[in-house]
Amino acid sequence: MPVLEGARLDEAKEIVGRYPEGRERSAIMPLLYLVQSVDGFVSRDGLTEVAGILGLTTAEVEAVATFYTMYRLRPTGTHVVNVCTNLACTLRGAREVYDAAREAAEVRHGQEVSDDGLFTVHEEECLGVCDVAPAVQINFANHDRVSPERMRELVAALRAQEVPDPARGPAVGSFRDASRVLAGLEVEGAPA
Amino acid sequence: MTVSFERRLTRDWDDPKVIGIDGYCAKGGYEALRNALNMEPSEIVETVKTAGLRGRGGAGFPTGTKWSFVPTDTGKPTYVVVNFDESEPGTCNNRELVDRDPHRLLEGTAIAALAIGCRTAFVYVRGEYLAQSLVLERAIREAYDGGYLGRGIAGTDVDLDVVLHRGAGAYICGEETALLSSLEGFRGQPRLRPPFPAVEGLYASPTVINNVETLMSVPDIILRGPEWFRQLGTEKSPGTKLFTISGKVERPGNYELPLGTPLRVLLEDVAGGVLGGRPLKAWTPGGSSTPLLTGDHIDTALDYESVAAAGSLLGTGAVMVLDDTDCVVDAAQRMTRFYAHESCGKCTPCREGTWWAERVLGRVADGYGVEDDLPVIEDLGRNIMFRAFCALADGAAAVLQSSLKHFRDEFEEHVRLGRCPFRAAHEEVAV
Ligand SMILES: Cc1cc2nc3c(=O)[nH]c(=O)nc-3n(C[C@H](O)[C@H](O)[C@H](O)COP(=O)(O)O)c2cc1C
Ligand code: SF4
Ligand code: FES
Repeated sequence: MPVLEGARLDEAKEIVGRYPEGRERSAIMPLLYLVQSVDGFVSRDGLTEVAGILGLTTAEVEAVATFYTMYRLRPTGTHVVNVCTNLACTLRGAREVYDAAREAAEVRHGQEVSDDGLFTVHEEECLGVCDVAPAVQINFANHDRVSPERMRELVAALRAQEVPDPARGPAVGSFRDASRVLAGLEVEGAPA
Repeated sequence: MTVSFERRLTRDWDDPKVIGIDGYCAKGGYEALRNALNMEPSEIVETVKTAGLRGRGGAGFPTGTKWSFVPTDTGKPTYVVVNFDESEPGTCNNRELVDRDPHRLLEGTAIAALAIGCRTAFVYVRGEYLAQSLVLERAIREAYDGGYLGRGIAGTDVDLDVVLHRGAGAYICGEETALLSSLEGFRGQPRLRPPFPAVEGLYASPTVINNVETLMSVPDIILRGPEWFRQLGTEKSPGTKLFTISGKVERPGNYELPLGTPLRVLLEDVAGGVLGGRPLKAWTPGGSSTPLLTGDHIDTALDYESVAAAGSLLGTGAVMVLDDTDCVVDAAQRMTRFYAHESCGKCTPCREGTWWAERVLGRVADGYGVEDDLPVIEDLGRNIMFRAFCALADGAAAVLQSSLKHFRDEFEEHVRLGRCPFRAAHEEVAV
């Protein structure tokens, strides 16, 4: 089954139309986010379809997709929890927050996704919120000054199918929804 | 010493209404753009040049001069690209500027566009700034509806489109030529300069790339004039700047200060001092890519010239504070890990050198280091500095060289003890 079909294909065309004529290749990044919003990761089929839309080879698209860490080339959990451990956050206790996140989300050593498929936990570089360290993003929504205890609460809330209110910006219900926002598209059912 | 001056970039931060276009216009927003629409492009460039505004993205290059390099007779379109990739560790002032005052960025961008005859501007925002990209999306929509973007802006026959482009998690895309590669749909790897972007930038057309804070400084310069701008700051570093202070400090945050304000004032008077009143051990003046300084440098004035004279760089003005319980070897290892992770892989000294340095530093930090590791770190620093393709590698080398230069005894102590002296100290503090 194609990744981009029907309404998704129309959205893909809208994305390509954002860039100047003859410069369609610039749409590759938002198109990869669009693909990611369907399956929660960038699948091989998705790469091939983006290539087809832009008149590129799959290898050219894959070269781009593999360069950037926000594209996931393997299945992710419903929620992607990013814990910044760069210096400003580490000085404020980020290591313990990261450990708490992995433990609470039950992501075992050497794993990327928890067994129940709910969580991917990732150690991140500076997220640009060092003033409110330690910083965490859940589906790219910010949580400020997160203690290990608060980290456990956040994971528990997600388990209970709540979407915790972020420090700023809209709440984002899942990694797929985040990918839609990153493609510059509205999320169905979300307040504008 | 206390600081009293008229706030500029942050003056409306207490008023959430300016986030919307009506609130922004009520405070005089878009007046500078109207003025600029009545000026010759060369007059805009001259005004910014006379003001002496310097790029806030790290290098401090004079903004008006950069704009003057753009040829307007090539028959190609010209582009303005806003660098909102903000990923230098410790830096978050662009984020808060956009969160609190997004229209000022659009206004500054529009004025830059007028100065070089650009009809399509791009904002490259780092992917992780999902919230800020939505703030900007909304502001752009409002500006189109209000007639400040789109066809015939502010009732003139000038057209201007702004396209928002999200990155996807790569620090190197803040480097201007890597940013252009990324925006064109390629891997975000730097390109050879020359040709400089001003001559051959986006889509091989003349392009101005500026930092968010730089562009947000422009409207006031147009409205109030270069002399007004120069009333604060120093002769060579005029104006104010937003400093981010983080780490072991009582009140971390983004603070606007005149350039040339000493660190002591930022740290003690503005940010409440080192956390818990502990001694200042080390700090970065402008993000992790600028050489570490020590407590002895607390009276360094924060402007381009003074910080350089102290042996570092003003960079992004991101001050990260370490106190006397923090391990410099640990910090150097963590910072180096960042560069190893973010190296784009194009050239050997950076790709291999950062990877190697991270491992040697990790060994020393964990107490498994040997005496010969220190010369290895020094050697790596020397062989990376100025020998790689872009300045990412110089940032990595700065960490290696400055940490060893100021804290060599601490490295040696790790090797001698066979453990980190601070990890034990931390445990004692905890009980
Ligand atoms: C590795 C690296 C990362 C950079 N990241 C940024 C960034 O995130 N934002 C930025 O404005 N400039 C960044 N720069 C500097 C840009 O290359 C460029 O000098 C700047 O955007 C020019 O704008 P300005 O003159 O207004 O400062 C970076 C440079 C390097 C070498
Ligand atoms: S110095 Fe590093 S980041 Fe810059 S081009 Fe070389 S490998 Fe890439
Ligand atoms: S170091 Fe964590 S957000 Fe900057």
